[in-house]
Amino acid sequence: MANWIPLWLHKLSSPPVFYGFAGKLRPWAIALALILGVAALYGGLVLAPPDYQQGDDYRIIFIHVPCAWMSLFIYGVMGIAAFIALVWRIKLAEVVAMASAPIGASFTFITLVTGSLWGERMWGTWWTWDARLTSELVLLFLYLGVIGLYHSFEDRRQGARTAAFLALIGIVNVPIVHFSVNWWNTLHQGSTIRLLGPSSIAPSMIWPLLTMMAATKCYYVASLFGRTRTDLLALESGKDWVRHIAENEVAR
Amino acid sequence: MNPTRQRRLTIIIAVLAAVIVASALVVYALQQNMNYLFTPSQVQGGEAARYKTFRLGGMVKAGSIQRSNDSLKVTFTVVDASGDMPVEYNGILPDLFRENQSVIATGHMDGARFVATEVLAKHDETYMPKELKDAMAKAHSGKHIDETVNQDKPSP
Repeated sequence: MANWIPLWLHKLSSPPVFYGFAGKLRPWAIALALILGVAALYGGLVLAPPDYQQGDDYRIIFIHVPCAWMSLFIYGVMGIAAFIALVWRIKLAEVVAMASAPIGASFTFITLVTGSLWGERMWGTWWTWDARLTSELVLLFLYLGVIGLYHSFEDRRQGARTAAFLALIGIVNVPIVHFSVNWWNTLHQGSTIRLLGPSSIAPSMIWPLLTMMAATKCYYVASLFGRTRTDLLALESGKDWVRHIAENEVAR
Repeated sequence: MNPTRQRRLTIIIAVLAAVIVASALVVYALQQNMNYLFTPSQVQGGEAARYKTFRLGGMVKAGSIQRSNDSLKVTFTVVDASGDMPVEYNGILPDLFRENQSVIATGHMDGARFVATEVLAKHDETYMPKELKDAMAKAHSGKHIDETVNQDKPSP
């Protein structure tokens, strides 16, 4: 019986254990994010050949697309954490959901800005109200709504649970963003990278893109763990394990 | 699982299911009447007659671009699988505007021609280096396949 996995997860959900675990993993995630990010930028901006139609302007894809993926991925993580927080009232799940929101909002913002810059050159407009662009903007507003709702409560746990509810309901927007280019006629092009079937991008251009995707994932882990650690310390400030950490800091 | 958690789980799943059903219905409804653009054959079929201003989408027909010598005025023909429409535009065109490129023009009908106030180029999802494109063009030229036609989305 492989019941060590649920046991381990159960142990990990206790704040002091997670605090230590995240602290050990975080430097590795930062290092990996930096190395992969630099490699991807070098590959994308220098090594990859210019596009046959767009020339060098297409290179914004190496920022835009990984950020767009992260904007959806982080919402997914936030939604799942919110669900766990609402049903099981696990403190760590609340903290993870609330710590994810600002990171996801930043990635969504970068996606919208880079897309807008590219659109001005290629399409001829900064913004248009097509289904993909509009649903991505709604995603940003959902993130901002979650952040705002969380901070509008005096009691942080009460705020986290209320905001988790909004985060959970907003998850219906994630498939809408993803499939909008298939469901409607949009100015935005369809997906270039497909999990099933061939991607419509040359191999010399795809590797920096996938490397950047890995880099953004590592950055998310690093940033999430950092935020979660400080939030856990603040939430559990009266507990023994926090006092121990504080005393060790003072002794040093 | 204790009864409190069981109850919370039921409530949350019920709320989530309701939201999913509601948004699925909205998406389904919008798919039928939220049109970002009309293709030339749809316009000729009278589907855009309700709108004063609308977007026209299709491919720029090869050899149809005519520029005026003394102004920014340009005329070209937009085609889809079974229709074509002359378009008149007075302004600066985007970088990607060229023959056989998908474009989206916003404007109104003036008789049989479409007078555009804005022309946007639609980019497809293909990315490749120029050398690869040239090699593919060479391979295709013997068979006279216009591959850009296949990349365009089928009309809804």
